[in-house]
Amino acid sequence: MTDILLDARGLEVTYGRRHGLLAKSPGTRVLHGVDVSIRRGETVGIVGESGSGKTTLGRALLRLVPVSAGSIRFDGEDITAASPERMRAVRRRMQMIFQDPMASLNPRHTIRTILTAPLLLHGVAPNQRAAEERAHATLARVSLPELVLDRYPHELSGGQRQRIGIARAALLEPDFVLADEIVSGLDVSTQAQVLRLLKDLSREMGLAMAFISHDLSVIRAVCDRVYVMRLGRVVEEGPCERIFANPGSDYTRLLIDAIPLPDIDPHWLDSRVPAGRELENTHG
Amino acid sequence: MTPPLVSIEALSASSVREGGTPVLRDVSLTLERGEVRGLVGESGAGKSTIAKALLGILPETIRITGGWLRFEGRDLLTMPSGELRAMRGRDITLIPQDPQTALNPARTIEAQLTDGLRMKLGLRGTALHARAIELLEEVQIREPDRVLRSYPHQLSGGMRQRILIAAAFAPGPKLVVADEPTTALDVTVQKEILRLMRRMQERHGTAVIFVTHDLGVVAKVCDSVTLLYAGKVIEAGTTADVIEQPQHAYTKALIAAGPRYDRPGQGLEPVPEAIFRQLRAELAGTAAKGAP
Repeated sequence: MTDILLDARGLEVTYGRRHGLLAKSPGTRVLHGVDVSIRRGETVGIVGESGSGKTTLGRALLRLVPVSAGSIRFDGEDITAASPERMRAVRRRMQMIFQDPMASLNPRHTIRTILTAPLLLHGVAPNQRAAEERAHATLARVSLPELVLDRYPHELSGGQRQRIGIARAALLEPDFVLADEIVSGLDVSTQAQVLRLLKDLSREMGLAMAFISHDLSVIRAVCDRVYVMRLGRVVEEGPCERIFANPGSDYTRLLIDAIPLPDIDPHWLDSRVPAGRELENTHG
Repeated sequence: MTPPLVSIEALSASSVREGGTPVLRDVSLTLERGEVRGLVGESGAGKSTIAKALLGILPETIRITGGWLRFEGRDLLTMPSGELRAMRGRDITLIPQDPQTALNPARTIEAQLTDGLRMKLGLRGTALHARAIELLEEVQIREPDRVLRSYPHQLSGGMRQRILIAAAFAPGPKLVVADEPTTALDVTVQKEILRLMRRMQERHGTAVIFVTHDLGVVAKVCDSVTLLYAGKVIEAGTTADVIEQPQHAYTKALIAAGPRYDRPGQGLEPVPEAIFRQLRAELAGTAAKGAP
């Protein structure tokens, strides 16, 4: 058994490509040959600004968008061209937590249905009663009271909904979880709760995680290692400890310097952010 | 003695819909000419309500139940509506949160940028066009002619926000209310927008009310800050005092709860429940006992 759980090589994703007789288009390439590998139990940050391709990369890792070149191996198995049946089986082990739980939780289902349906679908629980037992236990683990089981998503607060999103992913006891901007709409005190929960759960369950965020400070709080992306490429990769203390790329340095920390620094506003074309050394 | 530019005294408001839940509780603050004050707090703190009250755009579901909202010594709450309308958009202007939705997608930048100049300053024709070019140059937009002919969707978020800043400063206001103006932007774009706002504010001597949830932004941009929780002022003072020597336990916990790239492990400690209990007790008007 190898230490690497998820391994992607030379990933390319192109949107809007057409082959038809009437409409031919080469499309827009949004990922240009990206390599990512994630070890078992490791939390990896993927950071970048809008248009960096971080969300596309996350989706490609789970094969939620078509990959035009490259390969993805999950637990030693090449899933780049795995059949839909095969992917269904793999998907139980690869879960996703979305940015906006309101959009990812079916508004017409109670929390009970939202939590128990995947257990029955994937055959993790043999019947409704067993599924409910597991749902109860997971709910307690994410510190939500049992009475939320009969509520609908809109009746919960943003922080509570995000806990449900986490609970739903954790219930299936996956090996890998993709978390895409999951705290970006939350207040700082709620954000700290969600990050703490995610960090504890990943440790308890030995989860590997890809944590996508635009916020380097959030990445620093939860990740072991980080990939910095820009315009569909990985600009820099390494352990957080090294990257934050001593970034190897000018672009990473620029991203770090642009973060306003809550410290008094009358000169912070004096220095201009260099434009992209002024950067050298941004491709590794 | 000239009164402060803005003086809010014991302002209270409540939500009509939610059975009279208070949204502002006895809020007082002052703003001097040329001062940049941050209004900071988590959702439901009332920071946007104060901003909207100043701009006269409170939704009908919120009713002012007491207090004064003085601008240059005159109470905006009792001012005749004609005078008020003339003042808003000229003496008090807004930089909105979302540059995406604040601009009309069907009109060119020039048409939208010049609305205010036409109506509030009476400019016409070449003078109007020349002023529009000048405004875009001031917010450091290259090729202002091309940008004026553009529609919002043809421009980046940062570019749109520059245009909205130009529009807010165009009539020469005494007060600009900025409502989370950089929340939707990338961090590198945010920094350039903050630099621009501060420069415009300094050049024109404009006072700014800066609504934000980000204490980091406050630390870098604001001279003074008012921190709110559930419609109540929890702490206020110069930014340096509040950030470096916070007095209230909530302020301290809020600063500690925010993650920082230079401190691994920070950002995982929520505001302790005991502090929320203390806050609730303070809201109820009783002294908290036994809270840290």
